[in-house]
Amino acid sequence: MPPINFNDIEVLLPLIILVIWACLLLLVDLFIPKKHKWLTALLAAFGLALTLGFTLSQLGSESNGFCATGKPSICMVVLDGFSVLVNALLLLTGLLGVALAYGYLKRMGIERGEYYTLMLFSISGMMLMAQASDLIIVFLALELLSLPLYVLSAFARSNSDSQEAGLKYFLLGAFSSGFILYGIALVYGATGSTSLSQIFEIASVGTSSLLLTIGAALILVGLGFKVAAVPFHMWTPDVYQGAPTPVTAFMTAGAKIAGFAALLRVFGSAFPNLSEDITPILWALSAATMIVGNLLAIAQTNIKRMLAYSSIAHTGYILMAFVPYGNPEVAPVSIAAGLFYLFAYTITNFGAWGVVIALEQKESKGLQISDYAGLRRKYPVLAGAMTVFMFSLIGFPPTLGMVGKFYLFRAVLSGGYTGLAIIGVVTSLVSAFYYLRVVVNMYMFAGEPKTDNEFWLRFTIAGAALVTVVFSLVPQGLFAWASRAVLKLF
Amino acid sequence: MLFSEATTTSFFSLAPWLVFAPVIGLLINIIIGGRFSEKLIGAVASVASGATFIVSLLLAYSVWVGHGQGESIFLAEWIHVGSLSLDWTFRVDSLSTTMMLVVSGVGTLIHIYAIGYMHEDVRFKNDPSRFRRFFVFLNLFIAAMMILVSGDSYLMLFVGWEGVGLCSFLLIGFWFEMDTLARPSWANSNAAKKAFIVNRIGDLGFLIAGFLMFWYLGSLQFDEVFAAAPELADTQPGIIIAITLFLLVGVAGKSAQIPLFVWLPDAMAGPTPVSALIHAATMVTAGVYLIARSAPLYNLVEGAQSVVVIVGAATALFAATIAVGQYDIKKVLAYSTISQLGFMVAAVGMGAYVAGIFHLVTHAFFKALLFLSAGSVILGLERGHHLLAHAHNGGAADHDDEEEVRRTEPAEVFDPGDMRNMGGIRKTMPVTFWLYMIGSLALVGIIPFAGFWSKDEILLDASLKYPAVYWLLSTAAFFTAFYMGRQIWMVFFGTARHEAAANAQESPKIMTVPLMVLAGLSILGGLLNLPFKGFHNLGHWLEFTLGEVELLGLDPTVAGLSTLLALAAIFISWLLYGRVTLKQADRDPLKKPLGFVFTGMENKWFVDEAYKAMIVDRYTDVCRFLADVIDSRFWHDWFHEKLIVGTYNWFSNTGLNYYADQKIIDAFANGLGRTTKYLSASVRRIQNGFVRSYALSVFLGVVLILGYLILK
Amino acid sequence: MIPLSWYLILSAALFSIGLFGVMARRNAIAILLGIELMFNAVNINLVAFWRYLDPTIMNGQVFAIIVFAVAAAEVAVGLALVISVYRNRKTVVVDDLDLLKW
Repeated sequence: MPPINFNDIEVLLPLIILVIWACLLLLVDLFIPKKHKWLTALLAAFGLALTLGFTLSQLGSESNGFCATGKPSICMVVLDGFSVLVNALLLLTGLLGVALAYGYLKRMGIERGEYYTLMLFSISGMMLMAQASDLIIVFLALELLSLPLYVLSAFARSNSDSQEAGLKYFLLGAFSSGFILYGIALVYGATGSTSLSQIFEIASVGTSSLLLTIGAALILVGLGFKVAAVPFHMWTPDVYQGAPTPVTAFMTAGAKIAGFAALLRVFGSAFPNLSEDITPILWALSAATMIVGNLLAIAQTNIKRMLAYSSIAHTGYILMAFVPYGNPEVAPVSIAAGLFYLFAYTITNFGAWGVVIALEQKESKGLQISDYAGLRRKYPVLAGAMTVFMFSLIGFPPTLGMVGKFYLFRAVLSGGYTGLAIIGVVTSLVSAFYYLRVVVNMYMFAGEPKTDNEFWLRFTIAGAALVTVVFSLVPQGLFAWASRAVLKLF
Repeated sequence: MLFSEATTTSFFSLAPWLVFAPVIGLLINIIIGGRFSEKLIGAVASVASGATFIVSLLLAYSVWVGHGQGESIFLAEWIHVGSLSLDWTFRVDSLSTTMMLVVSGVGTLIHIYAIGYMHEDVRFKNDPSRFRRFFVFLNLFIAAMMILVSGDSYLMLFVGWEGVGLCSFLLIGFWFEMDTLARPSWANSNAAKKAFIVNRIGDLGFLIAGFLMFWYLGSLQFDEVFAAAPELADTQPGIIIAITLFLLVGVAGKSAQIPLFVWLPDAMAGPTPVSALIHAATMVTAGVYLIARSAPLYNLVEGAQSVVVIVGAATALFAATIAVGQYDIKKVLAYSTISQLGFMVAAVGMGAYVAGIFHLVTHAFFKALLFLSAGSVILGLERGHHLLAHAHNGGAADHDDEEEVRRTEPAEVFDPGDMRNMGGIRKTMPVTFWLYMIGSLALVGIIPFAGFWSKDEILLDASLKYPAVYWLLSTAAFFTAFYMGRQIWMVFFGTARHEAAANAQESPKIMTVPLMVLAGLSILGGLLNLPFKGFHNLGHWLEFTLGEVELLGLDPTVAGLSTLLALAAIFISWLLYGRVTLKQADRDPLKKPLGFVFTGMENKWFVDEAYKAMIVDRYTDVCRFLADVIDSRFWHDWFHEKLIVGTYNWFSNTGLNYYADQKIIDAFANGLGRTTKYLSASVRRIQNGFVRSYALSVFLGVVLILGYLILK
Repeated sequence: MIPLSWYLILSAALFSIGLFGVMARRNAIAILLGIELMFNAVNINLVAFWRYLDPTIMNGQVFAIIVFAVAAAEVAVGLALVISVYRNRKTVVVDDLDLLKW
């Protein structure tokens, strides 16, 4: 057995710390009395922060871990700019998730320490996804991040919706895991290896075999499920609506980031030569996702469901960035734009879900859009923040969402996919309707909304709003970081 | 610049002060005169006018010292366009200095008289604050008249011409809100408008003449025009005739000749000093001056000269006949002025420029005297009237108390200028009576008064050149004597026909002293140009400017005949008016014998009525038509409202708003929205909540993708 | 040697049966069984490939073992969820779980 050298541990250091921390937290939580579960939250946050620190300390370093003996290029995990960026993003997501969950759990009476542990495990799975350099690791990470999410979705044990959401998520998730596994198997069969770099090598010589392509397509299906691409999106509205809202918030951001990271790694590293075949599929997926997501959101009255469909639509936009992945000139910029948009979407998303949490009452009350009526009068700051988030989701200046969309469209157009860009623009326009409907409700209708005023919740919402607006004015730094990160992949 | 050269014996450089002095006077009165007393305002104005007179003297002296050599004094550049170069230059020569002296001299005397006259007049009319305005206008008039007579070009002359026209308007309409009997009315304003508009018609003629001059002779400056004229007269005499005849139109307007004399009788609505200064002595003589100045042009074309003569003579006779039938003391004098102007115009038309200017000068003296004396009479009657009014009510009411005055005014309207109210003024106002006598004798032309010498010279010239004109003028002279006699018998002799006349008061010294000066000039004025060898002073004087003139001696035949006619006329007038004093209710004795002829004389031969019917009413009709039909109904109501506004409104409301916007654009946009909503509502049913269908959907996606890849 | 394609066909057939099970069964546990079948079909595939392509590399075997572990974990979680739903709704028929729809 090849020795595990120090280098391997270094590569995975943040992950290892996080996992150990999560395990310890699970134990410690047993001894924390019911009334003081806030301690668990604090410890979880602390752990995340610690991990984040370690992640950022890895900035600029590049390495491979767990490589085959004698073959340093065939490795399981990799550490590069991209992984650092994505990890940092994921940890940020985690912190925000803890902040949002803290008050909610107490309010809804489901405050149990396992919540935070499960979250930490899920995040570790996501982090592994970002650092994966082998298909096995990809599958492993996928399952690692999904299983806690299934449980978290059903966390509100007395809530039928939550249970239903959890079960549905599980069934469909497992189902699509089957597909991705089959795909990996076929790829393995076609190339004789599961290492991404090796697959790339083997695939680049000779003609592309059908087996490989089908395998790649099935992997795409599985990952598409995770990021909620049409027609694999059907779980999204139900699960997002049913799951406890902080879980939804966390899921939306984290799972998507991880899914796209995997998509990038796998297709960017291993299958660039297949782009001829895959690109049209991606194109169709992106277009369909954008259209269906935006179209169905119009008819929604429940805000969680509406935001779920909006999440589908945004997947469509980000997929747009991945369409030209096989074109070496356009791809870096395009994918960097996609990453940037992911970041923008994460921030905005947390803010919007934060507001939803604020207005949610027990037993799923306060979740209709009409419940937002009159928010302006009672909580003008909250209404203002929500307006900012809505505008960002539409892509209206001066928000981060707008900047993201701008980069996206620019990249897509430079790739020559004008049709897709047009679909993107038209659907964005359509989306303005249901986003603004919320704004209209807040400002122009009268009502008596009730909100929760927990400090971290407010902090998160305010912070998100601020970042959305302020960063939109100076996006270049982040975009540059994203570009540099992406370049390493190619 | 102006005073440094005064050390030499020539004072030519003082010429601009002719204009500056009265302007300074009026500015002082305007700016700080509000705090002055009436005496001070009057004094400032009179001093300004007097300064003008002194400057005129000095200028005349300079010319005399220079042996008749005139000078042009340049003041400022004005128009320099292309080949046209017109400046404000003063021309000081014998002709212009003569005019200057007359205007400023008589003008100053009238200024002094006016201090006293206006003091009473503004109180009779209940507006003492208007005193200052009168003197500002008077000074303005002096300034404008100076520009007129001192101009070096037709352009400067025209500037002054317009300026005096403006002052005439301002001063005739001085009491613009009332009529001559102080009742609220448009009458005075209308008189002022009439003067201005009729003058304008004359000005049009002047302008056309100016255009022709510029176009064909290349300049408006006197010397240049006169130099270039002979050549044009040889090649295109018609142009010169046109120029001179158009100038005559201007003269007819300004100097009240046929057919544009109708404004002058109405101008009597202004205060009497105005009538004296402007409408007797100075402004109306501007036309005569114009012709005299344009002598070189008129000398070139005999035909034009004939026209001028005929116009002048006809006017002289026509106006004289009207004067016979007038009852207002000032109207008689007004028509007399028109008649005498006719004499002057006929004279200069004949080529007897010296005679014309001579008569101009003497006429200024005695006509001003007559007018001012008439003013004195009028005020005397007013004083008597007010005295009676106060006496009737037994109280010593103050004139400043309007209520009191109104209560004490009798109900009847009293016209202090109507000769039928007068009579026996000789006893109540003796000084005025003698002054008036002197003026009348001068006007009638009794030797040795000034009028005799000047009128006689004209008659002599006429008898030599245009015999027919001679008879016309002589007849006019006969009528002149007749109506003046009639006037004197009616006003001064006999018994008073109205108690106001019986109680008339004499005028104060400030009024009578200037009149005495004028009377003296009326007596001695003949010395200016006695028709004896070695005494043709004015003639020699004007020769410097006009060139060689024929200076005639005294012809006893002409002189004797004219004197005889005059005396006969006076005698006949005595028979009719002097022997038996008429009562107020009596008809005029001439009515019965002359019948409709007298009616014509009374009504000014219906000239104003004819003008109104033929011209004024027709013009108003055209204006009405243009305003109501063309402008209001057609242009505004139809074209603008219906066509433009209506079409635009239809276009934007119906066309764009309803059809384009609502039906098309809104329908499209709303339709899109509705379709999308419908689609959304329909498609959402796919999400039916069953896990298995979700799984099916995933499987479907897989099938599609694989199918695509395999079949590719 | 049995040709590789036989194993592949077998694997595909099993996979399809599992697929059918997921889509056609109403009972949640039955669906779970179908999913398990799918995973195991893939396992066959993996091992077949390993054996026929390059037996010296351990990837295939190791991967199969990892799949076992994952599948087991999945089942554990899944069954827990089914029980939780049952406690709440007294049913394991997935068609009854349609609170969240449209």
